[in-house]
Amino acid sequence: METTIALQWILACYADDVPENGGACIKHGDEQIAIYNFKRRGEWYATQNLCPHKQQMALSRGMIGSSGETCEPKVACPFHKKTFSLLTGACLTGDECNIKTYPVKVDEGRVYIGIM
Amino acid sequence: MLQSTIIVIGNGMVGYKFCEKLVSKTSNFNLIVFGEEPRHAYDRVHLSEYFNGKTADDLYMSSHSWYEQNNITLHLGDPVNEIDRENKTVHSLKGLTLNYDYLVLATGSAPFVPDIPGIEKDGVFVYRTIEDLELIKAYASKSRSGTVIGGGLLGLEAAKALIDLGIQETHVVEFAPRLMPRQIDDAGSNMLQSKLKQLNVNIHLNKSTSVIEGEGAVSSLKFNDNTELFTDMLIISAGIRPRDELAKLSGLETGIRGGITVNECMQTSDPAIYAIGECALYNGMIYGLVAPGYDMAEVAVSKILNTGKTFNGFDMSTKLKLIGVDVASFGDAFITEPDCRTVVFEDSHKGVYKRINISSDGKQLLGGILIGDASAYNMLLQTVNNKIVLPPDPEDMILGTRGAGESNAGAGVMSLPDEALICSCEAVTKGDIYSAVCNDGVTDIAGMKKCTKAGTGCGGCVPLVKDLIAGTMKANGQYVKNVICEHFDYSRQELFDLVKMDKVKNYDLVLDHFGKGDGCEVCKPVVAGILSSLWNDVIVKQDTIQDSNDRFLANIQKGGTYSVVPRIPGGEITPDKLIVIGQVAKKYGLYTKITGGQRIDLFGAHVGDLPLIWEELIVAGFESGHAYGKALRTVKSCVGSTWCRFGLHDSVSFAIEVEDRYKGIRSPHKLKGGVSGCIRECAEAQAKDFGIIATEKGWNVYVCGNGGSKPQHAQLIAADVDKETCIKYLDRFLMFYIKTADPLTRTATWLNKMEGGIAYLKNVVVNDSLGIGALLEDEMQGLVNTYHCEWKEVVENPQLRKRFNHFINVDEKDPSVKFETMRGQVKANW
Repeated sequence: METTIALQWILACYADDVPENGGACIKHGDEQIAIYNFKRRGEWYATQNLCPHKQQMALSRGMIGSSGETCEPKVACPFHKKTFSLLTGACLTGDECNIKTYPVKVDEGRVYIGIM
Repeated sequence: MLQSTIIVIGNGMVGYKFCEKLVSKTSNFNLIVFGEEPRHAYDRVHLSEYFNGKTADDLYMSSHSWYEQNNITLHLGDPVNEIDRENKTVHSLKGLTLNYDYLVLATGSAPFVPDIPGIEKDGVFVYRTIEDLELIKAYASKSRSGTVIGGGLLGLEAAKALIDLGIQETHVVEFAPRLMPRQIDDAGSNMLQSKLKQLNVNIHLNKSTSVIEGEGAVSSLKFNDNTELFTDMLIISAGIRPRDELAKLSGLETGIRGGITVNECMQTSDPAIYAIGECALYNGMIYGLVAPGYDMAEVAVSKILNTGKTFNGFDMSTKLKLIGVDVASFGDAFITEPDCRTVVFEDSHKGVYKRINISSDGKQLLGGILIGDASAYNMLLQTVNNKIVLPPDPEDMILGTRGAGESNAGAGVMSLPDEALICSCEAVTKGDIYSAVCNDGVTDIAGMKKCTKAGTGCGGCVPLVKDLIAGTMKANGQYVKNVICEHFDYSRQELFDLVKMDKVKNYDLVLDHFGKGDGCEVCKPVVAGILSSLWNDVIVKQDTIQDSNDRFLANIQKGGTYSVVPRIPGGEITPDKLIVIGQVAKKYGLYTKITGGQRIDLFGAHVGDLPLIWEELIVAGFESGHAYGKALRTVKSCVGSTWCRFGLHDSVSFAIEVEDRYKGIRSPHKLKGGVSGCIRECAEAQAKDFGIIATEKGWNVYVCGNGGSKPQHAQLIAADVDKETCIKYLDRFLMFYIKTADPLTRTATWLNKMEGGIAYLKNVVVNDSLGIGALLEDEMQGLVNTYHCEWKEVVENPQLRKRFNHFINVDEKDPSVKFETMRGQVKANW
């Protein structure tokens, strides 16, 4: 039997609320979600806002960039510069703590996030 | 597949290392660990640092979750009290019975407590576990004097602990005629003794304790020679005894004087049972150091996995810092003439003693002893272990080359053979380090620790590893370039010049012109700093390339709130302004503290409150203090001639003038200044990046000082100059630093790396040897003329203000921010 979990798209914010090549945070219920406007690549990403390293609500204030041959998009936590892949949520600085990522779509200046 | 089970008895350093080595190679075993202590494995070697500010957390070998992450079952506070070899089971104190396929005894050792009458009295301790240390600490608070029985390595460590605990009178009692009888000779002991005496440690040699006196608690020691020593507490450190009682009970073979007999594969007389560390007896010897224990752990893992490594004894050479005195002993330290030739160097004024033993033909170094200065230890040990043929003047190895020749320390390490063991704790060779640099791209000690684990044990090899990294990189021609990160193949100085020449003004264009990829958290703030140092535009206009502190113009703190520091030039403030700071702090619920730079820090501000707070501060006449930026922080001043009866000139006015001149200017790292009104130096100007001290005739100018983790005094570049000249030199100095330093390099480090050092810098700044003096002054004046208060720009600009909100979809503060109360103020609850 195959189970499908319905993805629910929620309206998160307006595209121009999120600074270019940076992030901002939205509140969805009790969840804090960081949204990144990677203008340089024309891409949008979303992750949990909590940095798992020291449990700080801070990832949306981190710098974004890319790493390695494959130009993996990443965000660096402003506290201790742990970096996480924006694609997979994997920690890129060698630690065993990953973050949750969310699908994002932008339509007519509105940013939507896919919530399971 | 059914997994084999390995049970490890003992969760000390060696037991832990066994687990670490095993799980790094395979996950095919069911691994179970029993520990007697209530804590998981911690670093016993650095135990005395527990009294030095380190906490139990700092000493742990791993996080507690490490065991779970690696599927290791850990039973703490539960010693195994029976082994049933026939059925291959163990029984623990708490009643667990478990089967094993392999059993590893890592039971360690216990302090040897001699049977002296009165040993049971209160105030008598041993020195082995964190619990012992806590008992000692509690008792020390009511003791004036303390004594250690045992003048060996551990005994002297214990004496150091007593000093750290504030015991005013410390004694060490040793049975033998010298200190550290296993490591050093009589002359070395004499030197060590006189050094320790200067540090108020009283040494009593040739003393055998006959009775411990006192009613209930210890009050004095009586010796065989009928002398007596009064003491409030006593630590016994008379050697160690292997913990072999469980092995004995199970019928395993043990030595006459203790220790579980093992073969070269660390197997006991029962091949399914291994013993490693201080409980193991190999070839009639107990190895009471951590490095051989780690080696044994590796051998046991290798035998279980059938990879064929064996234990062949271990070099017991050692280097330590005992109560601040270097002590080292290596190779054959005690061999004497005529079996060898001995070179001895003694300087009783400095407390240095060095002895090397050389083979009779003068070709080989056999061993030696170093007291007071052990900087040559690593190189000497390598010379012994690798049988390197000695130079014609072997005394140079302990005296240094004398005469006009240039010292050539770097060549020494690089000439070692590839198989030379550099880190004996982790068995890392020179070849491994070479390969990590060449093949794995390691460029610093942190990377090397991660890649090879070299330097993660006792740490003694770290200087040698650093030299090898630098030497290998230099040999590869790698060292020449100091690039910013993977996105820019330039040093900061090169990029600074390129950006200036092409007049590029935003980050994306800089990346398009000179870099590749999408940038990262390393190059973004570096470029942001360069753009700011060159064009001095409002930094928040490019907010997402700024480090978080610069992005929000405040310092991020635990819990995600920010701190606010208004500028208080020279530390001078009016009562009205003080009142405003108090009112603002009260209104926004902020914690207030006076900083080290003579200003006031307000902590605990929500990001959304920052513009409101600054709006009020700006109305009252405050400006940004740039505490968040790589920029001028403060110019500290003493009160000077306006009030002080010693003051020569008005240091406060000058400090305010200098602070106002350089405020807001971005630089490679933060900048601090100081102005003192006389040579008493109350402003501590010589600990700053630039310092000015009043003299009878004018001002002395100092540069490149630093406080922080590696304090360094600033150096004099000009004496008795007037104010205008002083400013001129500072303009040149600061601009030269801003243009040429590597990212995040303070002026002190910048100077230390500069070829030609202070003489060169002085020549550039004072004598204008490069002919750029006028240019530097012009550039600085340009920055001074374009000063703006960043917070004023934000407060007055609704677009910029909008960026200061935690959420963009609801008008709420971050609900995860929590505070508690401490001494009547808020504190992050984190």
